[in-house]
Order: sequence, then structure tokens, then C-alpha cells
Amino acid sequence: MFLSHIYLIPLFPAVGAALMFFFGRKVQKSTVNGVCVGSVALAFLMSCGAVLQYLNWAPAHDHQPYQTILYTWLGSDTGHLTFVKADGTQAPFQADAGFLLDPLSSIWLLFVTGVGMLIHIYSTGYMAHEGGYYRFFGYLNLFMFSMLTLILANNYVLMFVGWEGVGLCSYLLIGFYFHRKSASDAANKAFIVNRIGDAGFILGMFFIAWYFGSLRYVDVNYLARSGHFQIGDPIITAATLLLFVGACGKSAQLPLYIWLPDAMEGPTPVSALIHAATMVTAGVYMVARSNALFVLAPTSMKTVAIVGALTAIFAASIGLVQNDIKRVLAYSTVSQLGYMFLALGVGAFSAAVFHVFTHAFFKALLFLGAGSVIHAMSGEQDMRNMGDLRRRIPITYWTMFIATLAITGIPPFAGFFSKDEILWQTWTSEGGAYRVLWFVGYITALMTAFYMFRLIYLTFSGRPRMSHDVEHHIHESPASMTMPLVLLAVCSLFAGFLGWPRSLGGSDRFASFLDPVFAREAHVLREEGKAGQLAAGEKEEEHTSSTEYLLMFLSVAAAGAGYLLAGRSYKNADKGYSEPIAAAPPIYNTLLNKYYVDEGYDYVFTGRRKVGDIRLGALGAGEASSWFDTHIIDGAVNAAGSITRGTATFSSWWDKWIIDGIGVNGPAILARMLSYPARLFEWGLVQWYALVMTAGLVGFAFYYVYH
Amino acid sequence: MLHITTLHYLVLGAALFLLGVIGVLTRRNVVIVLMSIELILNAVNLNLVAFSRYWQGIHGPGALHGQVFAIFVITDAAAEAAVGLGILIAFFRNKETVNVDEVNLLKW
Repeated sequence: MFLSHIYLIPLFPAVGAALMFFFGRKVQKSTVNGVCVGSVALAFLMSCGAVLQYLNWAPAHDHQPYQTILYTWLGSDTGHLTFVKADGTQAPFQADAGFLLDPLSSIWLLFVTGVGMLIHIYSTGYMAHEGGYYRFFGYLNLFMFSMLTLILANNYVLMFVGWEGVGLCSYLLIGFYFHRKSASDAANKAFIVNRIGDAGFILGMFFIAWYFGSLRYVDVNYLARSGHFQIGDPIITAATLLLFVGACGKSAQLPLYIWLPDAMEGPTPVSALIHAATMVTAGVYMVARSNALFVLAPTSMKTVAIVGALTAIFAASIGLVQNDIKRVLAYSTVSQLGYMFLALGVGAFSAAVFHVFTHAFFKALLFLGAGSVIHAMSGEQDMRNMGDLRRRIPITYWTMFIATLAITGIPPFAGFFSKDEILWQTWTSEGGAYRVLWFVGYITALMTAFYMFRLIYLTFSGRPRMSHDVEHHIHESPASMTMPLVLLAVCSLFAGFLGWPRSLGGSDRFASFLDPVFAREAHVLREEGKAGQLAAGEKEEEHTSSTEYLLMFLSVAAAGAGYLLAGRSYKNADKGYSEPIAAAPPIYNTLLNKYYVDEGYDYVFTGRRKVGDIRLGALGAGEASSWFDTHIIDGAVNAAGSITRGTATFSSWWDKWIIDGIGVNGPAILARMLSYPARLFEWGLVQWYALVMTAGLVGFAFYYVYH
Repeated sequence: MLHITTLHYLVLGAALFLLGVIGVLTRRNVVIVLMSIELILNAVNLNLVAFSRYWQGIHGPGALHGQVFAIFVITDAAAEAAVGLGILIAFFRNKETVNVDEVNLLKW
């Protein structure tokens, strides 16, 4: 029942959003809460039902994905719309409004609806005093609709619809405080940077359609696994690289990550839902969804792994010195997404998905906790002006502390299992060719621990550094905000147990759940790795569990080291505390200014900054387009304006003097002049009229009588 | 004893008619103007009835045309009074006066 109606899951929030946009202005806040939280709760329950049903259905059907196709959305079954494939044959172009459920989409479905529901509840508290309440919830519901479409689509085209939908909602919600210039700039930045990625996605789709003749996952996967295609096929490499460009845009990887830190201009629940837990993992989902293609393109896999690792360490290093609590978390998100791509790139697909899953809980929790802190601090986001909040907002403190333990990888919190799995898989994959990347990931883990504990210490410990007014108003958030915090903290504590590794006596249920999606590809990759090793004349290496224990111990040691380092510097932070990295000013300034990447982009691409007198823009395109804009576009606009104005002046003169003067007033004046004599007879006294009439009658009578 | 002829009726009718016309022409109060119109109408009625009686003398007692006419005129007078007073009330509500020389809204 649930399974055959999975299309209803995105439909519930869509109805909620439509109701908000049409009637939201007129209804009470309680109605808004009921409709919007209710629609997401329904979607969550429906998702749980559908996944449970799928688990019963799948064993009897060879663990195939479950598909339900509503109708053919683009093209037709009869093949009116055809194109020539790469091999010269005709193929019908077709995209369904079809929905697909398999273990991969199940996981996304559950955490998106679950975390989404908690964040909706949190928002009822956080946004209670904000204007545009119904608009906010309408956007949130529209986002849920788009995200669920993205997850449940059975082909790349429908996925792209959801992909663009979440981009639009991201734009709308980042710019929610649109009267603030910084917010609307950040919204534009996010939208435009994402367009670059989307162009890659579209081109990738074209390549896939051209090469495979279909955009349905099942068809593409079937063909990719059929063995007709060589490993390293250049077209597949191009297609996957282009898809990865799309993923870079949506999931904020180098070099397109720049929009995500600025996206923090949006309300905090939005940062938690869209820019931490769900939307930014869409790129990971897309790459994981295309795993059958990626394993055929080792170059793409290497690119994904290297970009992921570089993003992880790059963003983490910026996070070390940021002072805005939300920016630290934003860079942390970019860094964690880097981990996920590192895992995808080394072929550890299920580890990447596992990290997405645990990250959704603890990062949403961190953001919601940060929102609760900002709420308590009357809108202050700068950690330099916080401190000593531990006893005043204890629930926020403890839940955020649990999330910090989870993200830094302290066992047995969720992050430990997922992050350790990624590092272990990086160490062992491709016969160890990626050990450099393991080291990068390891240093990133150390940095993560440092900046997260720095955040905790600066916010909750040390001396209070806020003004007296602010200090006076500090209060714990309402239950609608703390309840999601507590639930997410519970998830951050226990979600990791699903992937308890075999080496620690567990059964890694998470990975085996995903086996139907990934097992084949993992096998292919293992064979490749072995072949590479043998070709290089190495002995096949046995990965013993003692190595795994050693790596685990090292990770925990890194987390502990980060904790101790942060504690030494910030534990007793008072006004004017010193940053340890500031001891090396060049490094500190580079990090504080985010490696000057935004400035660099302004020089090279946007042309907002000049080198001397020359505006480079995109290799001169900035200058040219600026000239074109000021002279041709603006000129055309001004010319149109002047012509309109001239026409209007003439038209006004014509109306005043010709139409009104000759046409309307002329006859009136004429009639007035001509009527003057007639007017003399009409003086308005009824009795005079009667007298004249009587006199006339008498006159006539005399005339006839005496004539 | 004086015998009352048709002429007597006609003289009375003419006197009443004249009285009515003078009233219509000279009085400012619309109510009195309306009453004067009633006088004129009744002067006419008197003439009609007088001629009807004269006619009976020539054509026999069945010749009652003039009297029937008079009844029509009375009906008409009642209708006219009702409409006239209605207009008057509407007018008074607007201008708070019933003086006929102040009824000059249509004057150019």
C-alpha cells in the first residue's frame, strides 16, 4: 500500500507549500504549523511504511529496486521524439514521472523526512517572532517536495527537476531576509555558482543519453554492468567528470564551495536543513547513484577522491580561525562533504553514504544548537562575544557537546564509525595507492577536533564576554526547539551502531543493507586494485585487523589531541584572548581571509576588482561585459526611456490642447454661446412660469373671444 | 324665493377657479399651492356637475356624463395630491424647506 504510492511522499509537502502560497497570509500561525509540520510528518510516516514494505518485498524480487511509473513525462512510448545514439542507431527520448525505491534512496528518504520534520518543529519555535512566517514554511515545504523528488526520481531528468528545485528553495531561503543586502547577495551567489555545476550535470546527462540511449537508472546501470564497455572508456569518463562538476556545485566542493559559507545569511534552521543535512548531500547521492558509471572511469574516481580530500583539509583549515559560530559550522560542513567524496572516490560508496547519514544528525544538531545559542544571545553570532553559557543554557550545551563528540570521532558516537570507515577504506583501497589521501584525511580529523572544541570552549566555557544587556537576556530556548535537539542528540549517539564494523565484533548492517546497490561495483574495484598491484610487481597485501585497530587508535588520538590543544588555548578565554595560530601572522591572515579565494574570483571571473586599471573579469570578459552592459544594454534601456518620455510629452500636449481643447471644450464653448438667448427664459421660479402660462391662456381667450 | 340656475353655479365655479389661480401664483408654501390646485380642480368639478344637471333637463335623467367625469377628476386629484406630497417630502429632506421659490435646482 505504501510502496505502490511512494509518489505521495513528495506530494504531501507540495500540497502544504501550495496551501501556504495561496492562503498562508490569511491564516493563523497555528494553522501554518499544522499544515506544514503535518505534511512533513505524513511524508515521514509514509516513508517509514514504504521502506518497511520494500524490505519485505525485496528478498522475493532479487533485491531489485522498486519502480512505479505514473506516466511518460517527456517524449512518448511511440517514439515520436528520437535521437541518434553514439552507435548510430535511433533511440526514443523518454523521461518518466517515475519513482524508484532501493536501499540507497531509502536511507536518504528516511533521514531527509526525519531530520526535516524535526527541523520544521524547531522552526516553529525559532521563527515564532519573525515576519513572513507562512512564507518561510511555504519555502521549507517546497524544499522538502523538491528534495524528495530528487531522491525518489527513477531517471536523471526527474532528478534534475528536484536538483533545480532545491537550488531554487536554497536561493529563496538564503535570501529570506531579502531587505538585507548581504543576504540577497549571498542568495545570488549560491544560485549563480550552482548554475555552473548544473551546466556540468546537464552535459553529463546528454553524454549518458547519447551513449546509453536512456536516462533511467535501471537501464543505465544494466548497460554499464553488462560488460560491453571498457574500463576507462573516454565517453563515460567525460560523462562522469561532468556529473561530478554538478556534484561539486551542489555539494560545495573545490572550486565551487564558495557559496556555502555565505549561505549562512539565511535563518539558522535553513542552514541546518538545507546547507548541512540534506541538500548539500545531493551531490553525494548523485555520484553514489551513478556508481556503476564511476567504476568504469578510474580517472573520474581519482578526481573525486583528490577533490574530496583537498576540500576536506582546505575547508577545515579555514574553519580553524573563523569567529562566526555559523561560519565555523559551514566550513565544517564543506570539510565533511569532502570526506564523503573522498570515500566515493576510493570506491567506499557505503562508507560515504554512512557518513552522509550520521553527518545529517550531528551537523543538523550542531546548527540547531548554534541557532539556540544565537537565540539566547539576542542574535549575536560572534564567538568572541560569547563565553560561559554552559550553565545558562544547559540543554543546548549538552546536546551540542554530544554532536561535537560525534563529529570529532570519539567512540561510541556516530561520527567515529562513519569517519573511521572512510579513513580505513582509503588506507586499503587500490592496494594502498591512496595512503597520501589517508594522511590528508587524518590531518583533517585533527583539525576538525580542534575547531569543534574551540567552538565549544569559546561559546560555553571561559569568562562571559558579552555586554550586560545581552547577558541579562540569556535564556534556554522553548521546548519546541530543545525537543528536536534532544532527539537529534540521541540519534547522534546511536546512529553509528548501525554500521558497527566487523573488526569490532559487529556486523556492519548498514553496508550489507546497501549491498544490492554497491556490492558489484565494490567487487569490480577490488579486482582492479589487485590487478594494478600485481602489474606493479607487488605482493598482494593482506589487510589485517591489527592495522585497522592501529588506525582507529590513531584517529581517536587525533580527536583527543584536538581536544587538548583547543582546551589549552580557549578553556579560560577572557576578553582579548589570543589565537594560537595568530603567532604566525601570515598563516593566520590567510586562513582568516579564507585563502583570498573570493577576492581571487573577483579578480579573475566577476571583474569586481581591478589589477591596476585593468578589469580582468573572466579573462577580459568582465571588462567587455561591463562595457557592453553600461553602453549597449543600459544605452538601449535609456534610449527606450527617452523615446517613451518624448512620446509621452507629445501625447500629453496633444491630449491637453487638441483633444481636450478643440475636441471636447470647443463644442462645449460653442453650445454655451449659442444657448445664451434661450437661457434668458429660464430663471427658475415655478410661479413665474405659471403666471406666464396663465397670462398666455388669458391672452388666447381674449383673442378668440374678441377677434 | 330665488331660483338657482346654472349661471349661479358657473359664477361660483369661476370665483373658486380664480381663487385657486391666485393661490397658485402667489403663495410660496407648496402645501398651500397644492391646496389651491385642489380648489381649481373642484371649481372644474362644480362646472361639470352644473352642466350635467343642465343636460339632464334637456335629455332626461339618464344623462350623467358630467357627474362621472367629476368622479374621475376627484380620483385624479387624490392621486395628484399623493404624488405631490411625496415629492414635497423628498424635497424637504434635501433642502429643509417647502418654499416653492427655493425649488431652483434645475435653473441654469
